[in-house]
Amino acid sequence: MLLAKVYVTLKDSVVDVQGETIKDATHSMGYKNVLDVRMGKYFEIKFDKRTDDFENDIDSICDDLLANPNIESYRYEIVEDN
Amino acid sequence: MKFAVIVFPGSNCDMDLYYAIKDGVNEQVELVSYKETSLDGFDGILIPGGFSYGDYLRSGAIASHAPIINEVKRLAELGKPVLGICNGFQILTEIGLLPGTLTNNRQNRFICEDVQLIVENNQTQFTSEYELNEQITVPIAHGEGRYYCDDETLQMLKDNHQIVFKYTHDVNGSIEEIAGITNKQKNVLGMMPHPERAIETILGSDDGLKLFQSMVKKQKDEVQL
Repeated sequence: MLLAKVYVTLKDSVVDVQGETIKDATHSMGYKNVLDVRMGKYFEIKFDKRTDDFENDIDSICDDLLANPNIESYRYEIVEDN
Repeated sequence: MKFAVIVFPGSNCDMDLYYAIKDGVNEQVELVSYKETSLDGFDGILIPGGFSYGDYLRSGAIASHAPIINEVKRLAELGKPVLGICNGFQILTEIGLLPGTLTNNRQNRFICEDVQLIVENNQTQFTSEYELNEQITVPIAHGEGRYYCDDETLQMLKDNHQIVFKYTHDVNGSIEEIAGITNKQKNVLGMMPHPERAIETILGSDDGLKLFQSMVKKQKDEVQL
């Protein structure tokens, strides 16, 4: 089995209001040294086998569903999962 | 004129739109499930507000892959009017019929209130009954209504007069106070405010009525030609 670990994050040009809110909460907890928090999404996708266009397939899943290319970018790693 | 209101799991303004057409402008309207694959016989498509698929992943992201969507795209390409309100606007950006993205309000909280809008372009089939620069009162109810696009897209929107409604002040952090835009061809409109909730003065405002009247007028004018 194969496991794709996909990370989707907001582009730097887009204000991350949820990240800002989380940062404020860390300050409330007393961690005044927290400079910035950016929030993202993490996906684990299992595949039963590798196809000929495996990377292209994952790119399509990311481009067309998991990430919105207008505001988000993504990266992924593929590991054997047995 | 016969309208379709597309109903997704989690749509919650579908009946408001239904009554806006049935009682507001006295035209035919049917609720159409997201599972359908044909919109034959409809003259206009309405995508309602709500929280399709619970806003899972991103608002509109899952709905953009529903069975009915190919048909919505096909009718839009044929030039039929397509109106997306609130979650409907989010869905139209996700499927690429409108440029840009709606994301979390700058305040990071849900906003539900009446807002003032300026009609920036009244030369569209959605706004012909309004005066240019007319100020109207329409409610908003959204958590992810901050319109964002890159500079190039913004310039395109301006050059083609695609910005149809603006807020009179900064409501949610949207670029240039954008509240509603059309596609280049001007037959697809997306807007975060809810005109279907502003069709009777007893409910606060009837300023939304002219939008639906504009759509009906365009269609009737075409039939006469």
